[in-house]
Amino acid sequence: MSVLVNKDTKVIVQGITGREGSFHATQCKAYGTQVVGGVTPGKGGQDVEGIPVFDSVQEAVDNTGADCSLIFVPPPFAADAVVEAVDAGIKTVICITEGIPVNDMIPVKQYIKTYYPDTVLIGPNCPGVITPEEAKIGIMPGHIFKKGNVGIVSRSGTLTYEAAFQLSNRGIGQSTVIGIGGDPVPGTVFADVLKWFQDDPETEAIVMIGEIGGTAEEEAAEFIKEYVNKPVIAYIAGVTAPPGKRMGHAGAIIAGGKGTAEEKYKALEAAGATTVKNISFIGEAVEKALRGE
Amino acid sequence: MKVHEHQAKEVFRKYGLPVPEGYPAFTVEEAVEVAQKLGKFPVVVKAQIHAGGRGKAGGVKLAKDLDEVQKYAAELLGKTLVTFQTGPEGLPVSRIYIEEATNIDKEYYVAITLDRSKSKLIIMASAEGGMEIEEVAAKNPDAIITEVIDPFMGLRPYQARNIALKLGFPKNLINKVASVFLKLYDVYMKEDASMVEINPLVLTKEGNIVVLDAKVDFDDNALYRHPDIMEMEDPTQESELEVKAKQYNLNYIKLDGNIACMVNGAGLAMATMDTIKLAGGEPANFLDVGGSANAEQIANAFKIILSDPNVKAIFINIFGGILRCDRLAEGIIKASQEVKPHVPIVVRMEGTNVELGKKMLAESGLDLIPADTMWEGAKKAVELAQGK
Ligand SMILES: Nc1ncnc2c1ncn2[C@@H]1O[C@H](COP(=O)(O)OP(=O)(O)OP(=O)(O)O)[C@@H](O)[C@H]1O
Ligand SMILES: [Mg+2]
Repeated sequence: MSVLVNKDTKVIVQGITGREGSFHATQCKAYGTQVVGGVTPGKGGQDVEGIPVFDSVQEAVDNTGADCSLIFVPPPFAADAVVEAVDAGIKTVICITEGIPVNDMIPVKQYIKTYYPDTVLIGPNCPGVITPEEAKIGIMPGHIFKKGNVGIVSRSGTLTYEAAFQLSNRGIGQSTVIGIGGDPVPGTVFADVLKWFQDDPETEAIVMIGEIGGTAEEEAAEFIKEYVNKPVIAYIAGVTAPPGKRMGHAGAIIAGGKGTAEEKYKALEAAGATTVKNISFIGEAVEKALRGE
Repeated sequence: MKVHEHQAKEVFRKYGLPVPEGYPAFTVEEAVEVAQKLGKFPVVVKAQIHAGGRGKAGGVKLAKDLDEVQKYAAELLGKTLVTFQTGPEGLPVSRIYIEEATNIDKEYYVAITLDRSKSKLIIMASAEGGMEIEEVAAKNPDAIITEVIDPFMGLRPYQARNIALKLGFPKNLINKVASVFLKLYDVYMKEDASMVEINPLVLTKEGNIVVLDAKVDFDDNALYRHPDIMEMEDPTQESELEVKAKQYNLNYIKLDGNIACMVNGAGLAMATMDTIKLAGGEPANFLDVGGSANAEQIANAFKIILSDPNVKAIFINIFGGILRCDRLAEGIIKASQEVKPHVPIVVRMEGTNVELGKKMLAESGLDLIPADTMWEGAKKAVELAQGK
């Protein structure tokens, strides 16, 4: 009933002794996630609410058999934490940290793509991943999610919650909910997640929540056209966002007219997705789609 | 973080880029002084703002003597310059830059920035640089030459030479131009820029290569490792409220409408603005209080949105994840006691500890209008702002 993570996923938390790390490690464990260890260099041997702490990811993996890592390491050290995780053989790396320098992430993304093509990085700057009633690996409030058959993928954390909440209130559960994060260099993009949901037999419909800027939604639309035959319900935030001040021409030249909410809606509609302009009606739209309307 | 042209040029000089001699001035007297220091005429008097399009908007003047320097300095300093990149409210000119004039033969364009769809840096260049570059790119994309930069290899000298060749530079200048590109890449990487742009890069009548304009945007997230760059910040280029918000760690952008929003998360904040518009209203601001806001920060957010005199109603829309609803309620109550809001407040909250938060607000004695959904909240806020 899920993609990427489930009740068998064994998670370690990098940065587990920090304020955020310890709080959320405990919360994830309370949700039922198998949180088997944590990593804080120099604090190996301690424990956080019964979760053993190790000095390195390798040591944690060797001792616990973890295959997933949840990262709360502060921004200056977070890119290194991601590399440490993939080098230690972690297959799913979920990086919550917000504020990592872009120049740190560019080579990391390339590194994973080149040397660990089967490894998945979610984030950074994301709420994480939840397979309701199985595993919560992130910072989302667990109680608003419900087990079921709709996949959600979103760039924005709080909009993910908004969508899941509306679905759960209507009795519509979710297979897996993935926040891919809002950073300019994300480990995973919409198209990746759309493929997982399309290939997951238990996922019946997909909610995709995008926002202005970049062209990830346009690329997702291309992918939907080619590959996805499940209903996709899409919302794009930022229709009314003003163009804002800018400096220089490089952004405009690269964007080449793309990146606006209108462009994204147009591309998604052309690809056969159902678009919703008012976020408050996303639950209703999914319900209709599931009824085949 | 954006910096001024004269600051960007200072950085460029450190990396050996060919930048003409020039100095900033904050007063007319200083302008005259530095023009004398340059010791030759004509000179160019350039308004310093955190935006481009200055030339087209009358922010770049050629002065043939000291009188003209004085005249243009007096004209530009203190003025608000509106260009196609500033938005209609423009940006204040609190400093100008005086530099020696260059005999331009041809203007080129070059920039390095992230191509998000590739997750790699690219270098873009054009032989049709200058003030019309965006029109050129829109009408004739082939006029833009790009090379993708591999993160493991960096910009290769051969790539830099290839661009110089494609731009049609005379053969004897290829290596010189290539070295400009390589040094520009050096600036980007070593100073953690998010955009570097030279428009125009100039071939002079004397056959030299000169950097005539410099625009650099630095990655805010990397500023911690560049204290010297951090010092270049110029708060006059942002609205007072935006500067204040930044000090409180809040992400605030002032807009023209009359319904203030206070939201957690940038995506939800944009969606809230969109919903207000769908309900027939106009948002007064974008405000993201972040995921880990505490009571004090909520109070600060309140102060900021209330200091906008246009605000007729406030819509608080919080989906408590990390930010728990009871913490938010505590912040709203504390802030209301402190700032005594004079406009109606609609509150929609959901998520962690929502029952407790709602109870705290209900028992606070404050005149708050609850809403169950975003749509309902937006509609109520619009009605209230319209005085209904
Ligand atoms: N030192 C100089 N000597 C001669 N001409 C200059 C000089 N500096 C600028 N110019 C001319 O003025 C034009 C506009 O100046 P500049 O490029 O610095 O500002 P801008 O208009 O803000 O740039 P952009 O069009 O890239 O936004 C240049 O394209 C160039 O033709
Ligand atoms: Mg220019």
